[in-house]
Amino acid sequence: MTAQTTIAGALDRRLLMDRSVPGRVALTLPASDVPLQAAPSADLLRKGLDLPEISQLDMVRYFTNLSQLNFSIDTNFYPLGSCTMKYNPKINDEVASLPGFRDIHPNQPDEQVQGALRVMFELQHALGEITGLPGVSLAPLAGAQGEYAGLLIARAYHESRGDSARTVAIIPDSAHGTNPASAAMAGLEVVTVPSNAQGGVDVDALRKLADNRTAVFMLTLPSTLGLFEMNILEITKIIHDAGGLVYADGANLNALLGIVKIGELGFDICHSNLHKTFSTPHGGGGPGAGPVMVAARLAEFLPEPVVVREPAAAKSSLSATSHHGDAEPVEAHHGAKPYAFAYRLSRPPKSTGKISGFHGSFSILVRAYTYIRSMGRDGLRSAAENAIINANYIQAGLKDKYALAVDRYCMHETVLSAKRQHARGAAALDVAKRLLDYGIHAPTMYFPMIVEQALMVEPTESESKETLDNFIQVMRQIDDEIDRDPALLHDAPHDLPVSRMDEATAARKPYLRWQKSG
Amino acid sequence: MNPPELKYTKEHEWARIEGNVATIGVTHFAQDSLGDVVYIDVPAAGAEVKQFAKFGEIESVKAVSDLFAPLGGRVAAVNEEAKKTPELVNKDPYGKGWLIKLELSDQSQLKHLMDAAAYTKLTASGH
Repeated sequence: MTAQTTIAGALDRRLLMDRSVPGRVALTLPASDVPLQAAPSADLLRKGLDLPEISQLDMVRYFTNLSQLNFSIDTNFYPLGSCTMKYNPKINDEVASLPGFRDIHPNQPDEQVQGALRVMFELQHALGEITGLPGVSLAPLAGAQGEYAGLLIARAYHESRGDSARTVAIIPDSAHGTNPASAAMAGLEVVTVPSNAQGGVDVDALRKLADNRTAVFMLTLPSTLGLFEMNILEITKIIHDAGGLVYADGANLNALLGIVKIGELGFDICHSNLHKTFSTPHGGGGPGAGPVMVAARLAEFLPEPVVVREPAAAKSSLSATSHHGDAEPVEAHHGAKPYAFAYRLSRPPKSTGKISGFHGSFSILVRAYTYIRSMGRDGLRSAAENAIINANYIQAGLKDKYALAVDRYCMHETVLSAKRQHARGAAALDVAKRLLDYGIHAPTMYFPMIVEQALMVEPTESESKETLDNFIQVMRQIDDEIDRDPALLHDAPHDLPVSRMDEATAARKPYLRWQKSG
Repeated sequence: MNPPELKYTKEHEWARIEGNVATIGVTHFAQDSLGDVVYIDVPAAGAEVKQFAKFGEIESVKAVSDLFAPLGGRVAAVNEEAKKTPELVNKDPYGKGWLIKLELSDQSQLKHLMDAAAYTKLTASGH
């Protein structure tokens, strides 16, 4: 037993509800200075409403202790494939916390929030430049919603041309599950194209599938196997020749930053997960954002709002806000000269409509903007290059022990197969759980589904050589443990506050609501 | 391991033929690859299914997979026990873990299915 176990064992595991003591309060309210109103009749009041009664300190301890159980990028190596768990620089949070960003309201008129709109405008421009797809809407709130927005644009485009028989989305068998789900939700019929032995799209099969019913072909680049699609130019041509559009799932954009513009490869639409490539928090750390980027000819279909800059007014506003000492102070505009406003929210002429409330995840957009501006063009390219080098370093350090899904140089992530380990009695799941004991987050497991016993490892550019070396050493050691002491894997994790979860029972008999015990 | 009297598909379903009725389930290989099965969605009795068309879904802790009908026909019975306790599919895939019974529409479809030897060979090659 390690020290960690002892500390966790001492932790009070009771739920907040189980700590409740009748009559205990977290806050003493002052005496009411308004007349008491009669309560509604009793039959309108909910009975048996369980709420915790707890002191403020006990509540603070409860949540603080829970927060210290977090497994996070700030505490541990987190090579969760396809999720790009890169470091989120603290300056992102600092900038997003500036009062001018933090304390504004989405209902404020455009003229009161010019700085915020300028950030959105410049982020649109940066994402358009990075992807080579200049039409940008920041409205989607997550990657899957970006996909959905992009597919609605594809449908609207075909319909605007009277080409309404195009109702098929072609999707590779290696795709993220969100691709077929988004396509089905957008009213498209999903047809699957198989992968070839090199982990790319089976081009001959694609050629047979592409026809006058093809609305869109969705492709992740690099693929979910972490591989660059070698036939990409041929693929985009096949789809365009058939009259369809090509959609890029930008989940893996981190591998391409500053190296390849996906618009120049023939893609018409893509989304980018800002919480992956552009270092904004994942999941519980904050909402996501999945802006959608399109070729110029599709920009009129973008979801609203899109921030535009008035060409005539641009100069005046910029001189008042962005330049240094020699700029005319804002006060000088008072009086005779009307203040000029450069940025405003607009609705593209054939917009597919709103996809989120207000402006999207604004504070996340500020973080992504901060990241892009602090990295700069060369820094972004360097991030992609280092992400690729790090993944290949891990692949080279493990390929004699763990089989590779496809034995090729990878891009930003490597897909290992634990099939040799499985044959010796430990599945990918057991390897993943054992990693937790070594303080390393599990890689993505059993995805892509075309790879047996898949373990998808994405180190990102943030990690040092020492961290990568430690991971390689731990993975090799776990492989040794299979023959030496398989229980170490089968019962893992051993050293965490919660041991192996019974995921099957949790799914078969979910326990979803607190119930009074006894 | 794969009972010799059954017929198999490359999508890892099996069929047991008794007269004009076929009992359908998923193979040992399928349940082992899927892991713990947590949910089964199959059509109610009376529904028509086509050979090799999707007829339902099976969900495990790892993934949701489509179920494909080895044969065409009308659903005569559904294994309510397996729907309630999906672990039967893991524990006894060729017995208590059966999924549906079909009244066959065309016995000649049987010739498109594999025997146990051919199926065992298929799964040995890693598919």
